[in-house]
Amino acid sequence: MEDLLKEFLTETSESLDVVDTELVRFEQEPNNAEILGRIFRLVHTIKGTCGFIGLPRLEALAHAAETVMGKFRDGAPVTSEAVSLVLVTIDRLKSLLAELEATSAEPSGSDGDLIVQLEQMALDGGAAPAAPTGEVTIGSLAPQVLERQLRPGEVSLDDLERAFRDTPGPGDKKSENREADRRTGERRHPDTGPAGNQTLRVSVDTVERLMTMVSELVLTRNQLLEIVRRHSESEFKGPLQRLSNVTAELQEGVMKTRMQPIGNAWAKLPRIVRDLGNELGKDIELEMHGAETELDRQVLDIIRDPLTHMVRNSADHGLETPEERLKAGKPARGTIRLSAYQASGQIVIEISDDGRGLNISKIRSRAIDAGLIAEGDHPTEAQLHKLIFAPGFSTAEKITSVSGRGVGMDVVKTNIDQIGGTIDLKSAPGRGSTFSIKIPLTLAIVPALIVQSGGERYAIPQVAVVELVHRGSNTNLVEEINGALVLRLRDKLLPLLSLSQLLKLPKREAVEGAADAETEAFVVVMQVGNSLFGIVVDDVLHTEEIVVKPVAASLRDIKVLGGNTILGDGSVILILDPNGIADSIGATREERTLDDFSRKEATVEDAAKSISMLMFRSGSTALKAVPLSLVTRLEEVDADKIEFSSGRPMVQYRGGLMPLVPADENAKLRTGSTQPLLVFTDGGRSVGLIVDEIVDIVEDRLEIKVASETPGVLGSAIIREQAAEVIDVAHFLPLGFADWFHGKQGASHEKRKLLFVDDSAFFRNLLAPVLQAAGYDVMPVSSAKEALTLIERGMQFDLVVTDIEMPNMDGYVFAETLRAEGRTAHLPIIALSSTLSGAAVSKGQRAGMDAYVGKFDRRGLLQALKGASVDMQEAA
Amino acid sequence: MSKTQSADVEFVTAWIAGQLFGLPITRVHDVFEAERITRVPLARAEVSGVLNLRGRVVTALDMRRRLGLPPREDAKNQMAIGIDHGGEAYGLLVDSMGEVLKLSADTMDAVPINLQRDWAAISAGVYRLEDRLMVVLDVDRVLDFGKDTLAA
Repeated sequence: MEDLLKEFLTETSESLDVVDTELVRFEQEPNNAEILGRIFRLVHTIKGTCGFIGLPRLEALAHAAETVMGKFRDGAPVTSEAVSLVLVTIDRLKSLLAELEATSAEPSGSDGDLIVQLEQMALDGGAAPAAPTGEVTIGSLAPQVLERQLRPGEVSLDDLERAFRDTPGPGDKKSENREADRRTGERRHPDTGPAGNQTLRVSVDTVERLMTMVSELVLTRNQLLEIVRRHSESEFKGPLQRLSNVTAELQEGVMKTRMQPIGNAWAKLPRIVRDLGNELGKDIELEMHGAETELDRQVLDIIRDPLTHMVRNSADHGLETPEERLKAGKPARGTIRLSAYQASGQIVIEISDDGRGLNISKIRSRAIDAGLIAEGDHPTEAQLHKLIFAPGFSTAEKITSVSGRGVGMDVVKTNIDQIGGTIDLKSAPGRGSTFSIKIPLTLAIVPALIVQSGGERYAIPQVAVVELVHRGSNTNLVEEINGALVLRLRDKLLPLLSLSQLLKLPKREAVEGAADAETEAFVVVMQVGNSLFGIVVDDVLHTEEIVVKPVAASLRDIKVLGGNTILGDGSVILILDPNGIADSIGATREERTLDDFSRKEATVEDAAKSISMLMFRSGSTALKAVPLSLVTRLEEVDADKIEFSSGRPMVQYRGGLMPLVPADENAKLRTGSTQPLLVFTDGGRSVGLIVDEIVDIVEDRLEIKVASETPGVLGSAIIREQAAEVIDVAHFLPLGFADWFHGKQGASHEKRKLLFVDDSAFFRNLLAPVLQAAGYDVMPVSSAKEALTLIERGMQFDLVVTDIEMPNMDGYVFAETLRAEGRTAHLPIIALSSTLSGAAVSKGQRAGMDAYVGKFDRRGLLQALKGASVDMQEAA
Repeated sequence: MSKTQSADVEFVTAWIAGQLFGLPITRVHDVFEAERITRVPLARAEVSGVLNLRGRVVTALDMRRRLGLPPREDAKNQMAIGIDHGGEAYGLLVDSMGEVLKLSADTMDAVPINLQRDWAAISAGVYRLEDRLMVVLDVDRVLDFGKDTLAA
C-alpha cells in the first residue's frame, strides 16, 4: 500500500501539472477538442484512481471538475471564470495531495464550497443535467488508468513507435501536436491504445549513484592513462584505449539519463502567467522556444525557481498595462518570451519582454536609498542595470502579492552563480528588457584548463576562458599602475590579477630553477558575465575533463574556490570559481566590459564622454590628469640613477639618455627612493615627465570646465567627482628636446596653415596645441560649416584635419565637398576618428581623405601630417 | 556485568606535541599516512590542505594548529585520522598514533576547569591512565572550527 500510494502521488501530481498547463492553453484555444480530450482524460484518470485507492474526498472533487469539463466537451462556452474555477479546484487537489503525502491519510474536511460552485457552473454551462460521463470514455480510458504515465525527461520509445505507426498519414493533426509539445515543453502522452512498456521509472537516487560511479571510473581511467603515458611501451596501451572509449561512452550515456528538457522547468509558467495577467489586469502572451533543450537535472532544479521569479518580474515590473501600452503605441498584449538553446558547451536561456524596460532613474534613487551608490556617483547605465542584482534591491513601488515575496534578483544571481552560470541583462527604455543566463551543460564533469601558479596547479573551468596570452618581452607587455597590473590587449587595457596574489601564495623565489621569465608567463583572459579580465599564471599545462567535487563545508566561504578534483596523477587540485574571482577583482573594474574591447564602432560622443585618464600628482596635492593613450609607458627609476647634464636631469633609459621634465614647476626629484615617471616616446626619442605619484586610471567623461592660462595645463576638469588639471603634453615635450617637433619639419620655416575641424571642445583643446607644437598655424573650428565658410571667404589652408562624427555635416560629406571644389580639390585631408574599422577607413578613402587616424593616436597624427607635408613638397 | 561492558568505550589514541588524545573509535573512519597534501589558499590556518584518499577528497586539518600549538618541524610520515563529519571526509593530522584503548565510560573525568579555553572547547573529558592523562576529543567540535571563530 505504501508503494502504491507513493506511485499514486507521483503520477497524480504530474498529471495535475499537465492539467494546469493544458487548461491555460485550452482557455486560449477553446475549440481545440484534442486539448480538452486530454484534460478530460487526465481528470477522469485522477478521479478513477482516487476511487480505486479509496480517497473519497479527492474523488468527489475530481468528479465535480470532470463534470464541468464534460460540459465544455458538450459545447458549453469556455469562460475565463469557468477555467479559473477548475484551476482553483486543481490547486485544492494539489494541497490535498500534499497533505496526503505528509500524513499518509486523506485529510478530513469537505470541499462542499468548490463542489457547489462547480456543479452550479456545470448547470449554467449546459442545459443537460450533470450526468456522470464515465461511459463515454470507457474504451480508451481503461488502459489509461493502469498505464504508467511518462515521467518528464524519460526517453519515450512510445513516441518513436507511434511516429512509425503514424507514418502513412502525417496530417496536420500531427504537426499540430508537435507544435503543442514544443510550446508546452511537455512530453506527449500516449493517447491512442496501450503502448508497450518501453520506458522505466528509475529513481533519481539510482541515476545519481550511477553518475557518481561513472565519475570515479573517469578518474581511474585518467589515472591509468597517466601511468601508461609514462611507460611508452606498455602492453596495456591497446586495452586501455578501449577502456577509455567505453568509459567516455558510458559517461555520455549516464549523463544523458540525467538530462531533462528545460520545458519541465517551464511547465508551470503558462498557468503562473495567466494568473498574473488576471491579477494585474494585463494581457500577457507567453512565448516559449526551445523547450526541448536538455539540461542536467541538477542544473534544472537550481534554475527552476530563478526562472519562475524572472518571468513573474517581467509580468509584474516589465510589462505595462494594456492602456499604457496602447498609449505608447504598442499592441495591448504584452509578450514575455522564453527561449533556450545550446551554444558552445553552454545552455543559454533568455527571458525577454517587450515592456517598458528598466527604469534607470528609479533604480538610481533606490540604489541611493539602499546605500549602494552615493548621491554624487555617476554610474553608467550598465552599472545601474547591474545593481538590480544587489542584495535587497527591489524597485517595485508597492509590494504586490506578485513581487514582494522576499525573493529578489540577488537570489536569482546567487542561484545561477552557484551552478557556475552567469546572468546578464540588456534593457532599452520603452522597448523592454532581456535577461540572458548562461549555464554549463552539466555540473558533474567539466572541461577545465589546468594552470600552475606558485608551484601549485589549479583548474579553471573552460567556459569562462576566452583566450590565452603569452606574456612576451615586446608584445603583450604587462604594465603596472600603482600596483595594479594591466595588459594592453588590442588597443585596450585589460585589468590583470596575479593568481598568486589573489590566492596569497607565498613568493616563489625559493622555488628552484624558477627564473624570472618563467613566472607569471601567461595571462588567462576570462569572461564572467560582462566583465573581462586576465589572470596571470606561471604556466598553462593542459586541459582535462575534471570531475567536480565540492570542497568541505569549512572551506566554502572561500569565494574564489569552486571545488576540487582529482587529476589523472592522483593529486587533488583546486578548481577556481570564475564568479568568485570576478567579484574579488572588484566592482570598480567591472565596468571595463567585453563591450569595451569588442566594440570598435564607438561614437565620438562616447569617446568624449568616457576616456581613460591617467591620474597623478606632481608638485602639489592637486590631481592632474592626462589621457592615458598619450602616455607611452609608466616607469619607476632609481632616484640615484638620475644624472644631471648641463643642469638638466637625465636618466639612462633603454640604451640612451632620456631627459626628465617636471610635470609641475613645483615638482621635485626624489632622492634615495624610486622616481615615478610618465614616459612619452615619439620617433625613437623619449621624455620622462617627473611626477610625485601615479594615483589611478579612471574612465570618465571628460569636459574641460575651466580653460587655463598656466602653460602646460589645458584646463580643469571634473574627473570622478574630483577636480583635476588636465595637462598639456605638447607643452612638456619640447622642454626635453628643444627640437622635439622641429626636428621633423625639415628645412621648412614657413608655418603651414592647418584647418582643424572638431565639434568637441575637448579635442580642440587637446589637439590644437599638439598641432601648434608640431609647427602649424592652427585654425580650430567647431563645425564643417564653419570651416567651409572660412574657405569661401578666401582663407587659404595647406592642410585639413577633420573629425568624422559631427552633427549636421560629418567628415565624409565635408571631405567630398572640399574635393568637389576646384580650389580645395587637392588639399590634404586627414580624418580623425574614434572609429577605426575597415569599413570606416575605406569610406573615408572614397570620400577623398588622404589619411585616417585614431583620435588619441597623436603619433599617428603627426606621422600623417608629415606624410602630407612631404606630398605637398613633392607636389610643389 | 553486562552493564559495565556496554559502558566500555574504545578509543583510538594519538600523540600531539607530547600529549595523548583519544577519539571514540566509532567516529574514526580510518588511519592513514597523509601524503601529497594540496595547500588550499586563503583557507584558515588550521586547514593544511586537501588530499586524495582512495579517490575521495579529504580535507586535512592540522591538529597542532587547531590546538594553538607550534607546527611540527618534521613533516615526514604525517599520520592522519580519517573522520566523517556531515557527509564530508576530514583527516586530523597528528604527530603519531598510539594504541587502541578500551576504557569504561564511567571513569572519565570532566574537563578540568582551568584547561585553556581553546582546548576545553574541543575536549569531552579526561581519562586518568596509569602513567599519563588522555584528553578525549569531541570530534564534532574539533571540526566545527569555522563556526566558533566566526562567532567570536
